[in-house]
Amino acid sequence: MNQKSNFLKGFIRENPVFVLVLGMCPTLGVSSSAFNGLGMGLATTFVLLMSNLIISLIKNFIPDKVRIPAFIVVIATFVTIVDLVMAAYAPGLHAQLGIFIPLIVVNCIVLGRAEAFASRNNPLSSVIDGFGMGLGFAFALTLLGSVREMLGSGSIFGLKFIPTNADGILIFILAPGAFITLGFLIAIINQLSKPAKS
Amino acid sequence: MEYILLIISAILVNNIVLTQFLGICPFLGVSTRISTSLGMGAAVIFVMALATLVTFLINQYILVPLNITFLQTISYILVIAALVQMVEIILKKVSPPLYQALGLYLPLITTNCAVLGVAIMVIKRNFNLVESVLFAISMAIGFSLALVIFASIHEQLEINDVPKGMKGVPIALVTAGLLSLAFMGFAGLVK
Repeated sequence: MNQKSNFLKGFIRENPVFVLVLGMCPTLGVSSSAFNGLGMGLATTFVLLMSNLIISLIKNFIPDKVRIPAFIVVIATFVTIVDLVMAAYAPGLHAQLGIFIPLIVVNCIVLGRAEAFASRNNPLSSVIDGFGMGLGFAFALTLLGSVREMLGSGSIFGLKFIPTNADGILIFILAPGAFITLGFLIAIINQLSKPAKS
Repeated sequence: MEYILLIISAILVNNIVLTQFLGICPFLGVSTRISTSLGMGAAVIFVMALATLVTFLINQYILVPLNITFLQTISYILVIAALVQMVEIILKKVSPPLYQALGLYLPLITTNCAVLGVAIMVIKRNFNLVESVLFAISMAIGFSLALVIFASIHEQLEINDVPKGMKGVPIALVTAGLLSLAFMGFAGLVK
């Protein structure tokens, strides 16, 4: 596989959220605004990139039987780094994302890529794979966050486009809106990608 | 009274799946049959109570005294993974029928973010030991409740005529959204 398609596959063809339906908890939990979605997406991208790199470098030294715990330790290390750095430099975003930052460690995408890709490929392709998958995840979260923010509070990235005294459709930034919006987005993507499949 | 409010709030008002968005993967993946949902629910109640108890003690007697709370994430996930493995081994020896019933679901629980999520939540909210374990059990009951309700809807959905593009995950998500809307009705119950 050439590196370009390796990088691009995470966006549409194997998008972790829309196609593989992985990492649903943070996707639904933090996508109440476009900015939160983007922040979470970038934090996950960093963890994916670094853990893919380290795991593909050390894959030959890890006995096969203990590889999953070893992967988890590597991933948890980078999650802790993200957690501490974000608490220091972006305390507002850190408070908004809350419990979902430490929970990156159990995000199926990260361990999934480690097991399915990084433990079988060289460091360069693993980094590119992690970067592409991470950005695909960030893209999905930002898209979902934008739609919910536009419908729910009539703004995008915090810029309000409806009259200041008007409210959005509140339900879209609350819990039910997350499920319903994502359901319809996946349905639309299924419908659009159908001709390509057949 | 305080404990009763804590339990009601954890099961209904702040339902872990429908309002906190934790444990969505098993919620969407496992809950297509009522019987499997019950099995998964029982396993989660058991593991979540045990994991919260152990991680609470680790936090209280190891991480805080040594001033290494930044290792919380890494130590919790390892403890939970080891605990699940241990429960599996013990159940296999001690109670084969229970292992038959729960065994299949145990490995899945390690990657269930609800378990780690609740363990971290009780620390963030400064609960004491009794409150923590009670909170974990109630959260797990809420998880099982959502799973079983969703499974019974799912069984009906299969015999319905769903539009082509909505089949599978999309219709499941929209259903979950409506269920979450229904659970919002409990919001005024406890402050």
